[in-house]
Amino acid sequence: MSILVNTDTKVLTQGITGSTGQLHTRGCRDYGTRMVAGVTPGRGGTDFEGIPIFNTVAAAVAETGANASVIYVPPPFAADAIMEAVDAEVALVICITEGIPVLDMVRVKRYLAGKKSRLIGPNCPGVITPGECKIGIMPGYIHTPGAIGVVSRSGTLTYEAVHQLTQLGIGQSSCVGIGGDPVNGTGFIDVLRLFQDDPQTEGVVLIGEIGGSAEEEAAAFIKEHMTKPVAAFIAGQTAPKGKRMGHAGAIIAGGKGTAAEKVQAFRDAGVAIISSPAEMGKTMAAAMG
Amino acid sequence: MNIHEYQAKEILRKNGVAVLDGRVAATPDEAEAAARELGGGLCVVKAQIHAGGRGKAGGVKLARTPQEARAHAAALLGTTLVTHQTGPEGKEVQKVFVEQGCDIDQEFYLGMVIDRATARVTMMASSEGGVEIEEVAERSPEKILRATIDPAVGFGAFQGRQLAYGLGLPKDAVNKAVAFMRGLYRAFSESDASMAEINPLVLTKSGDLLALDAKMGFDDNALFRHADIREMRDVTEENEKEVAASKFDLNYIALDGNIGCMVNGAGLAMATMDIIKHYGAEPANFLDVGGGATTEKVTEAFKIILSDEKVKGVLVNIFGGIMRCDVVANGVVEAARQVNLSVPLVVRLEGTNVELGKTILAESGLAIIPADDLADGAKKIVEAIGA
Repeated sequence: MSILVNTDTKVLTQGITGSTGQLHTRGCRDYGTRMVAGVTPGRGGTDFEGIPIFNTVAAAVAETGANASVIYVPPPFAADAIMEAVDAEVALVICITEGIPVLDMVRVKRYLAGKKSRLIGPNCPGVITPGECKIGIMPGYIHTPGAIGVVSRSGTLTYEAVHQLTQLGIGQSSCVGIGGDPVNGTGFIDVLRLFQDDPQTEGVVLIGEIGGSAEEEAAAFIKEHMTKPVAAFIAGQTAPKGKRMGHAGAIIAGGKGTAAEKVQAFRDAGVAIISSPAEMGKTMAAAMG
Repeated sequence: MNIHEYQAKEILRKNGVAVLDGRVAATPDEAEAAARELGGGLCVVKAQIHAGGRGKAGGVKLARTPQEARAHAAALLGTTLVTHQTGPEGKEVQKVFVEQGCDIDQEFYLGMVIDRATARVTMMASSEGGVEIEEVAERSPEKILRATIDPAVGFGAFQGRQLAYGLGLPKDAVNKAVAFMRGLYRAFSESDASMAEINPLVLTKSGDLLALDAKMGFDDNALFRHADIREMRDVTEENEKEVAASKFDLNYIALDGNIGCMVNGAGLAMATMDIIKHYGAEPANFLDVGGGATTEKVTEAFKIILSDEKVKGVLVNIFGGIMRCDVVANGVVEAARQVNLSVPLVVRLEGTNVELGKTILAESGLAIIPADDLADGAKKIVEAIGA
């Protein structure tokens, strides 16, 4: 078991003919992911290294039975690409694209209401179930199958956490990047709930950062509903107020969204606090007892 | 991206939001002419800087005649205004806005933001005009009225009436308030704003509702579709190094410490700053070189980091992942040579081809201190600068 993706997941790539789409479609296929289709309007009927390309997501789904989509479409067109996948009832839509206008995402979020799809991202590394299925841009080889779930707002910092776990001989059930944008599809709570209900997952590493209140809400959920140990790190303890730290969502606005507030919320919820980013693996190991 | 008050008011006017007539001026002559064009009577001369608190800092002056407007402009232009939002270094006044005066009866607050919790645009209104909304939120949160806007239908007239009656506006002003708010929402959504603030919104003695001050900020990710707003950018209001970095698609933010950092990925960059602090020193900057760090980008990043005189050492932390460590190592070596690096440099590389990367650094003949992991890198750079 795992969450969101496994060996049954059949993936289509939206934006498969762009350089990023090509690179990562190849990377995921080489990892063992079932890459069944690609979509690039105007390129239907051709193929990418044997993977058939379609003009529309609907056609790709009808033909190949794809149940997940990964989006590398450039920012001006990404919101439309997400909605196309949702319209085609793709169960899992993962948007890697960074830099989508936030009001586009407000409309996408509204469009998602009542639909059958789950959106992960945007501005995220993707989702991986080690040894089974990798969808996104994360380096596959740092992962190892196991019992720890990882959920994060960051990309490379997630790799750091996974690397530390693997170095300690601790494998991962699934790793989910929810993305660094202020408006995203799936939040911490949705993923925590999935990990709590997943029999393979025995503990969770949560990586948050400054800005917004998603971590505080996650802390409340953990306190109420999680029986599995959680270790949390909040990036940006030294970040100044009012400055956007790279991620569109990483900003302390109006004095709210500081690392200190988030750490306190997790501490109150009984979460193991990771004080140094070099100790993400160790802290999780200690929390597992 | 932020803009000046006079620019925000131009956007508001185009969207049917009531503002006073005004002219921007860069010289005392222009200010005097502006005051004449406005009728020669009472007007207000307002310093244009990207910061609030101008009134209290002496940046807003009342003028009864065009000559007086000229004198105020002469006094303000070229001076450095220090408000509670500028920091102690203040901001130089390069332009003033000369605006008609009005008879204020009551002051209110009206603002718009993107609320992350609801993933929707929210309009906020308060009877506490002229006060910072954070202060009101802290002291009397019940005084802030909110309307959450459904992007599929836009701002409903009923929402405008709820806010207007909630503010206690007189009957005759309610419909004016609804029109004002709808215009504000249109200005916000059509320009891809990230925030808009009318503080104060005033009710005049003659019963009109006007935006006395206006502040707007925009989503950088949406500027590609707003050429008109891109043109409003005033780079003199921004940090010089941050502007230079943005030209190379580098994400740089200047901080107060003395250890320069170069990292790939925003989260890891923040974590690197945090671990420097954890070992007792302070980061000099946030710098995310992004996913595809070429030699050129790495070199520019080094130049920007080292242009900060406070920097006593540099920590490079790259988690290669897809990016190959040998490519990064070559970039670092090339950059260190080009900029004649004279401060300690600690490099932590992880990822594909890491051994090859380390060999390149070791054989470069440069005094690069290699680090095995995140903690090792932070400890070594803190030691190297003798903090």
